Amino acid sequence: MIEDKPKGLRALLPILYPAVTLVVFFVIPFGIMLAVSFFEREPGGFYTTDFSIDNYGNLFTELFGRVLVFSIFISALCAVICVAVGFPFTYFITRMRRKAQVVWLVILVSVLSLSAVIVAFAWSLLLSQTAGISNLFVWLGLMGKPVSWSPGFWALTAGMCYIAFPYTVLVLYPPLSRLDPHLPEAAQTLGASPVTTFFTVVLGSLRSAIVATLIMVFAFTLGTYLIPQILGRPQHWTLSVLITDEAVYHSNLPLASAMAVFFMVVSLALVGLTMLIGKSRGPAAR
Amino acid sequence: MSTKPRLLWSILIFCAAVAFVVQPGLAAEKTLKVGVYGGYFKDSFDKHIFPDFTKETGIKVESVAEPTGEAWLVQLEQAAKAGVAPADVNMIAQVPMLRGQKTKLWAPLDLAKIPNHKNLLPVFVHKYPDGKVDGIGAVSWYITLVSNTKVFPEAPKSWGDMWNADKKDKLGLLALVSNSFLLEVTATTYFGGTKVLDTKEGIQKVLDKLAAVKPNVKLWYRDEAQFEQALKSGEIPMGQYYHDVATLASKDHPVRSTFPKEGGVLDSGSWAVPKSSKKMEEAYVFINYMCRPDIQKKLSLKVGTSPTVKKELTGLTAEDFAAVSSDIKPIIPRYDIYTGPLSDWINQKWTEMITK
Repeated sequence: MIEDKPKGLRALLPILYPAVTLVVFFVIPFGIMLAVSFFEREPGGFYTTDFSIDNYGNLFTELFGRVLVFSIFISALCAVICVAVGFPFTYFITRMRRKAQVVWLVILVSVLSLSAVIVAFAWSLLLSQTAGISNLFVWLGLMGKPVSWSPGFWALTAGMCYIAFPYTVLVLYPPLSRLDPHLPEAAQTLGASPVTTFFTVVLGSLRSAIVATLIMVFAFTLGTYLIPQILGRPQHWTLSVLITDEAVYHSNLPLASAMAVFFMVVSLALVGLTMLIGKSRGPAAR
Repeated sequence: MSTKPRLLWSILIFCAAVAFVVQPGLAAEKTLKVGVYGGYFKDSFDKHIFPDFTKETGIKVESVAEPTGEAWLVQLEQAAKAGVAPADVNMIAQVPMLRGQKTKLWAPLDLAKIPNHKNLLPVFVHKYPDGKVDGIGAVSWYITLVSNTKVFPEAPKSWGDMWNADKKDKLGLLALVSNSFLLEVTATTYFGGTKVLDTKEGIQKVLDKLAAVKPNVKLWYRDEAQFEQALKSGEIPMGQYYHDVATLASKDHPVRSTFPKEGGVLDSGSWAVPKSSKKMEEAYVFINYMCRPDIQKKLSLKVGTSPTVKKELTGLTAEDFAAVSSDIKPIIPRYDIYTGPLSDWINQKWTEMITK
């Protein structure tokens, strides 16, 4: 006997909990932020609840534009580096024996237990002149004298990629391990070299997974706030740093909210665009 | 099966009833919530100040860790709107003190109930524009010119040394205009005092001069630990830092703190009570206690802060005094410009200057 489908409230019960959580922890805070972004800033004080669009008007400065472009650029760069390194890495892990796979995954997951503070400090020490790896290169005779690589652009990129890399692998692992091993085998039987196989068959059949991972790493690193302060110079501070400065140190919550809302809209638009491009190319390539 | 939940409910109700009966008994004890900067300050106060205060007055102190910056002020404002106070007495920096004045957040204090205020240096009695007192100096500290003794065997003499070509990529400076007070430092060093900061044109001139120091700055820091570690190792061998912490570090590391001839920057925190607090009487007892010369001496010796009371009252030896303060006239920050009509403009120009 097939039971009747539950109707009314009973049917909604299973999704009630996530729905309430989403509303309480996301929709309401976001609504407050959106509202505050339209409040009137009171110089030297806080804000009044009068409606004002000045906060958005105040965004159009050279400084904001420069920092916005840089934030998007560094996140996109990290996404590309993480996927470029993470994809072959994950591919080789999935080709290993089960036990070796588990060991690698456990190592990666344990990296996640490190906080951004520890990671940033570790990198700044590793790239420092007094105790960093350049001392090792001097000892090996590769360099004349130890140098300092932190703070700087590449120190920041290294720190951000380090944080995002485990996520990259964990997101890529399921589709890669589900990849039918007969596909590359067939390609090689037909005469393709392992390298050609990797680039044409493996990469090609996982295009959507790669696009999804790129978006994930991009969105994940966009919010980075601590690492640019420790590993970057002021010109490498991301928009998150500026937003925090406005909100916490300048008590300018309306401007901070407007920056955050604008930032979110721009990033969502970029993510949407990437998905659109990924989709429109997908069927044509097949 | 059905008895189990009922049993659970009975236990819960019983516990609630016990808690309800016992609670008034607990509340009879006098308590006071004191907000102190989290970390070093709170740990030191919990260890050296609060237990003795409770022993003497019978008022139990519950210390609350405050975030630095103005996040705490935002929380106090929101709580005050709801009629509650996260802490009754709060250690508040000078810029948020002024910001809180705009919304009349601080309860006016009656000096007659704080007889020990007579011990204080005048600068440590904070007032509303109409003359009502809203804050009493809690702790004060100096920001000075610090250097690594191995990299720079000779101590610097002036803030102006930071502009010298041999300091290229060697300085660590605080990242925010309102906590580095570098505008005041530059104005005092090159423009004969902080008066130049009265006008937009004056501030712009000072900012331009400050921009010239940028090639020498390796790190604009928000996190103190990061600079301290780099200073000790010599990675970043010079910069501005807190005199108390640097003096503490100089015992085991090649670090020195110098009062430049233009003076160190004297910053401070005030005790302030939000209007929403219902513990005014206990708050007066606490603030009065903190203004006692012997307590200020203890703070100087144990925590390393500069005394808020007159030097001769503390009974500190010349050496102990030098460890926390100096007789050179200090640079007093222009807190007013960070809350005045130019504040947003200053923040914007500052960020543009250092991120370029």
